[in-house]
Amino acid sequence: MILEAIVFYIFSAVVVGAGVGVIAARNPVHSVLFLILAFFTAAGLFILMGAEFLAFILVIVYVGAVAVLFLFVVMMLDIDFERLRSGFVRYLPVGAGVGLLLLVELVLIFGTWEVAPKRLSSVPVYARARLTNTRALGDILYTRYVFAFEMAGLILLVAMIGAIILTLRHRTEVRRQRIAAQLARTPKESVEVVKVPIGEGA
Amino acid sequence: MAHEALPVLAPAAPEMFLAAAAMALLIFGVTRPNGSARLISWLAAFALVLALLGEFALGGERRVGYYGMFVTDSFSLFMKTLVLLGSALTIVMGLKYNEDRGIARFEFPVLILLAATGMMVMVSANDLIILFVGLELQNVALYVVASFEREGVRSPEAGLKYFVLSALSSGLLLYGISLIYGFTGTTSFAALATLAAGTAAPGIGLIIGIVFVVVGLAFKVSAVPFHMWTPDVYEGAPTPVTAFFSVAPKLAAFALFVRFMIVPFAPFLSEWRQIIVFLSIASMALGAVAGIAQENIKRLMAYSAIGHVGYALIGLAAGTEEGIRGVLVYLSIYFLMTLGAFAVILSMRRNGRMVEGINDLAGLSRTQPALALALAIFMFSLAGIPPTAGFFGKLYVFLAAINANLVGLAVVGVLTSVVASFYYVRIVKIAYFDEPAAPFDRPIAAELKGVLIVTALLTLFFFVHPGPLIGGAKAAAASLFLR
Amino acid sequence: MKSLLVAYYPILIFLIIAGGLSVMMVVASLILARQRPDSEKLSPYECGFDPFENARIRFDVRYYLVAILFIIFDLEVAFLFPWAVSLRDIGVFGFVSMAIFLAVLTIGFAYEWMKGALEWD
Repeated sequence: MILEAIVFYIFSAVVVGAGVGVIAARNPVHSVLFLILAFFTAAGLFILMGAEFLAFILVIVYVGAVAVLFLFVVMMLDIDFERLRSGFVRYLPVGAGVGLLLLVELVLIFGTWEVAPKRLSSVPVYARARLTNTRALGDILYTRYVFAFEMAGLILLVAMIGAIILTLRHRTEVRRQRIAAQLARTPKESVEVVKVPIGEGA
Repeated sequence: MAHEALPVLAPAAPEMFLAAAAMALLIFGVTRPNGSARLISWLAAFALVLALLGEFALGGERRVGYYGMFVTDSFSLFMKTLVLLGSALTIVMGLKYNEDRGIARFEFPVLILLAATGMMVMVSANDLIILFVGLELQNVALYVVASFEREGVRSPEAGLKYFVLSALSSGLLLYGISLIYGFTGTTSFAALATLAAGTAAPGIGLIIGIVFVVVGLAFKVSAVPFHMWTPDVYEGAPTPVTAFFSVAPKLAAFALFVRFMIVPFAPFLSEWRQIIVFLSIASMALGAVAGIAQENIKRLMAYSAIGHVGYALIGLAAGTEEGIRGVLVYLSIYFLMTLGAFAVILSMRRNGRMVEGINDLAGLSRTQPALALALAIFMFSLAGIPPTAGFFGKLYVFLAAINANLVGLAVVGVLTSVVASFYYVRIVKIAYFDEPAAPFDRPIAAELKGVLIVTALLTLFFFVHPGPLIGGAKAAAASLFLR
Repeated sequence: MKSLLVAYYPILIFLIIAGGLSVMMVVASLILARQRPDSEKLSPYECGFDPFENARIRFDVRYYLVAILFIIFDLEVAFLFPWAVSLRDIGVFGFVSMAIFLAVLTIGFAYEWMKGALEWD
């Protein structure tokens, strides 16, 4: 138990630190790297909670793919982030003030909030707790939630079509390799033997 | 859980057909040489009509499928009819425009088909998760079509704005859904309804969840104060896309809104009514005032749409069966006249280029009397002047509001429609009494002409035989209140 | 709960050793090797020239297309894991539902291929 607590506090501290790093780093590429660190540590926190599926989705999808996309975008946009951030200090007091106000309001709301114990007990806990949660997801995602699952497939399809429509440009001046056409060429159609009479050439 | 019986598939058969048709057309289109956009557009419109026939074959009887997550009833039949017709007509109406602009690509109708699939799922959703996936399928397709004119400046901007704000609102919606799930332990509308019927007052956590979902949905129907994206997206997107945005997705989101408020949470009417009343008043007021200063007709239609959403919300605020009937009648009439108005806008071509200024309509009655007449009918109807259809739409929601003791709301509605009629009538004045500007190109494309004639006649002569629409809306509204 | 965490114990130890080892290597080279930096040694070297441009040049939008297509298929694969874990229990129905899901994405893949989105000019 004590080990668990230690690991939890280390991971939480790293997540918070990395989060601060994301907004404080001068170089946007460093920001993305901090973001990756935050994702990775958050995955560790998920494992501590026993949600190993979420943890490894976070590593595979966010660290593996989304962060790479972020890097591309950061490099592609060619934005002068220094200038964007130049107002940071100036707006800090106002922003902090608004944040403080929201915090006070939230505390006021939640301070007056009585948790209804009956309500909470009606929340179903997945009955077979001995299952890993990957297994628990797999047991219902493809059968009971099949409609949502197939819709997710369609959403991915639309995303694919959309990405291609919006960004694919075929440059016309480029000569491409057409393997089938190249292999189908025969000597007959590409080489011509011309008999040049002696002495009359050129 | 593991060995569950096969789900009941039949209620979603039209959706499955539509998705399959979209994929078939996608592969068909990519194997054909360029220039087959027209053929594929017609095929897509045909597929939408077939799906509509499928819905009619299913009928308005209540069927529940997919373990209670998907439902078809009279309400879904009514709204899906509008959504499918709207999608099919906007595909056809946009043919000429897309060809002129050089954006006639076969992916456009395919994306509209996929968006329509998402919208049908939204209309039939009986579970919070299905609600969300339907909405996202529609949304992702809409982001792409909004920026379809990718070589332009304004269209990608419109797409980006829509993407950022819509993604934000989807996030709020999802947060609300997770709160509702957290405080009730279920995502099913049926289970939520049972729970709500047995509770005197919802806990504050559940209320916050409902409010977040309402905010997300208010974004999608562009109700004030969540309307900011509407004018920019309407103006920037290619006109057929704008026409599509202002009918199909709006109606689908509205259907979702109504079903979400009424089916599970009707017992909490007193809790959520004031939110809807506020959204309604703010939308009507902003729609009436902000439209006055517009010079671009697409932007004007955006503010007009915001105002109309406000009127339709009056019926939802009433929360009664009569109120929902009013919403449905209002939405179908809004559908007719908006589609007609966009058919006029799509006919505004001068020297092969599209024009969008209100002043370009000057003196239209002398250069093209028929088009001017149609325009006048639509504008009078949008303003709600009798005997056009728009008047009856407003009448039904106002009556429902008065019967639900919301007299103040009805009075605000009447006042704002008086203010809003200023800018609609101004357009008619410009078209009839100003010095003629250069005439528009002729002839108007045949498909546009067809839409214009049909919608204009229906708008003008609605009062002759309103029975079928009113009756259909009544049956649809009643199906929501069945327990 | 406890047993679940114990299952990850080797990974924690692995992480600690990996982190410790990499820190050790850097520190060891700092301590043991001779450190005599001068400006020439520290400057970036590029074919005998000074690098004179900002390294942050614009990337071609095509990288972005590849990355986004990668994400989509990455997500598709993420759906496969729970399916593989419980395939034994979800039976033919579960198998068919995954087959349909994959068919939808294969159609997307066919579109992408035929459209030439996988070619790099």
